[in-house]
Amino acid sequence: MNSSAELAVDVRNAVKRYGDFTALQQISLGIRDNEFFTLLGPSGCGKTTLLRMIAGFEDVTEGGIFLFGDEIENLPPHKRPVNTVFQNYALFPHMSVLENVGFGLEMKGSSRKEAAKRAGEMLELVQLSQFAGRKPAQLSGGQQQRVALARALAPSPKVLLLDEPLSALDLKLRKAMQIELKHIQRETGITFIFVTHDQEEALTMSDRIAVMSAGELQQLGDARAIYEKPRNMFVADFIGDTNLLEVSVDKVTNGRAECRISGNHALSCDAVDGVDVGARVHLSIRPERLLLSDQGIEGSSLKGTVAENIYIGTDITTIMDVDGGPKITVRTSNTERGNKRIFEPGSRAYVNMETGAARLLVD
Amino acid sequence: MAGGAAPGGSTASDTYARARHWLLMPSWAVLGVFVLAPVCVMVIYSFLTKEFRGGVIWDPTLAAYDQFFFDRGLFGDSDPKLQWTYITIFWRSIWQAGLATILSLLIGFPTAYYIATRPAKTRALWVFLITIPYWVNLLIRTVSMKFLLRDEGPLNDFLLNIGLITEPLQIINTNLAVQLGLFYSYLPFMVLPIYAAVERYNFSMSEAAADLYATKWTTLRRIVLPAVRPGVIAGCILVFVPSLGAFLAPDLLGGAKNFMIGSLIEEQFKGNAGNWPFGAAASMILLSMVLILLMIFAHQQRRAEASA
Ligand SMILES: Nc1ncnc2c1ncn2[C@@H]1O[C@H](COP(=O)(O)OP(=O)(O)OP(=O)(O)O)[C@@H](O)[C@H]1O
Ligand SMILES: [Mg+2]
Repeated sequence: MNSSAELAVDVRNAVKRYGDFTALQQISLGIRDNEFFTLLGPSGCGKTTLLRMIAGFEDVTEGGIFLFGDEIENLPPHKRPVNTVFQNYALFPHMSVLENVGFGLEMKGSSRKEAAKRAGEMLELVQLSQFAGRKPAQLSGGQQQRVALARALAPSPKVLLLDEPLSALDLKLRKAMQIELKHIQRETGITFIFVTHDQEEALTMSDRIAVMSAGELQQLGDARAIYEKPRNMFVADFIGDTNLLEVSVDKVTNGRAECRISGNHALSCDAVDGVDVGARVHLSIRPERLLLSDQGIEGSSLKGTVAENIYIGTDITTIMDVDGGPKITVRTSNTERGNKRIFEPGSRAYVNMETGAARLLVD
Repeated sequence: MAGGAAPGGSTASDTYARARHWLLMPSWAVLGVFVLAPVCVMVIYSFLTKEFRGGVIWDPTLAAYDQFFFDRGLFGDSDPKLQWTYITIFWRSIWQAGLATILSLLIGFPTAYYIATRPAKTRALWVFLITIPYWVNLLIRTVSMKFLLRDEGPLNDFLLNIGLITEPLQIINTNLAVQLGLFYSYLPFMVLPIYAAVERYNFSMSEAAADLYATKWTTLRRIVLPAVRPGVIAGCILVFVPSLGAFLAPDLLGGAKNFMIGSLIEEQFKGNAGNWPFGAAASMILLSMVLILLMIFAHQQRRAEASA
């Protein structure tokens, strides 16, 4: 019980079924107090469902959810010290923006005047002060989203659930709000559970990230661990760009695995648990950790022909046809072009891996 | 609140305005022939002289209105006194219709809410069940109600048998019977508009309210009711207005003592005792009253909306 008391939200073996469809299978997550925690996953993987279970709008089919150490199964939503920024905003259409934001405070027993004062402050925070008197229908989608954010923040909950709260904003406002949200979270110490399917947003904002897919938790860790040490194919593929190569394992010695990809190229990398000789597994290599060169390195090189160079501003992406093998993407930073050679399409080159760049994935 | 000005209302383009104009023509035609024209006839008749055995003589007079409001004695030559007979009937009608409206709202709202919150598949079935009794003619339903409620009827039999009462209850020919009749006749007009409004209501707003610490009751009062108010208002009007002019329930269930406006008007156009101008005048007074009530109501709505 002691360890769980430090957790703001503790999800234990939670299962959610709708009829015979399982939306969440055996999810266990400990979310620490004051943490910026992100649920990341593709559409339909169960992010909203999990948030709704924490907020109290869905029963937990099996397992349990604990809030600061207390089982909350029987606590109705209006008694949970948790506020939600809903994916569809759910603003009250007959109330002004100011009344919307003040509603939670009023329900908690503040006088109308106090509620309005604090609501005004929250509106300032989301830069909507000049719209206080409008009805939600008179706001743009992005403005409504910020009202929803202000409304959920106003009563200072212990835990704030944010269901894709920035999805309707344009890139610039989105970046500004990301910084603002992060700032608010640090300032208030409120535990944020943030849902997004934008991996970049997740990586830049979160203390820790839970990657989900098809109702299952795939990996839990900080941004670095998720990006650099993906646990499986799904995580490697979902987070950032990567080259996924099918390999067979020849030999495992001293924590190193000798692998072979089609075209008879040998690559060696760190072994992981569950990799045995003869196994056919995958290797994930990030494009920015590959270098093009005239010279190969034993065990870390693939030889091939340059197929295409794609200029994308900050980087140049090169597609390589590996001899007898797959296509590989190499990313070269544009700023360092001065001391790196650009290989024209059709030229022969080696693709060299940085040490530790290749990661073996068991499934 | 300086920025509170609404962005301009949607001004449809000319093309749409013209198309709408034409599309509305059939409705206007129907309204003109079946509503406006009869009302005009009634207005004219109410200012004409009555002919015995029904009908009118084309001789303009205010006699019908005079008869409604003033008592000039048996021979029409005493000093005019205020005529309470008809005003009492009107007052009773308003009272009965108002009560029927409140009763239907109290029963109809939870019913509508319940139906609208069922899974989509079962909703249609519930609506269907609500409408089934209304496949039978109102007259027949009202007559059966009379049988149910009379002294030797099944209701009294049942209550006597279980020993709850020792004497049959006098229900028939009371205001209560009329009330029951009105309530039963018009309940679906309350349920259906409210149902339509609740069905359109976005329940994630209730969730948002609960999330912000509102109890179920507060959520109903502060969030659900304002959102479905148009349906509630429509239901109230649809029950109140026909109840006010109803004549079947008061005739059959209320007896002579519990006369309502509808019966009074009906009498004037029926059989030999009729007085068409008087019936037309009573209709006009009823119509003006309904219009005035609706206008007061609409005015208050607008004021409430403006202050919100
Ligand atoms: N009431 C319901 N009945 C049946 N299935 C449901 C219900 N609600 C959600 N689901 C299913 O559960 C799964 C998870 O849904 P959820 O809304 O949690 O997805 P999500 O991760 O939030 O997706 P998105 O990023 O698109 O919002 C989906 O496959 C969805 O179809
Ligand atoms: Mg969702």
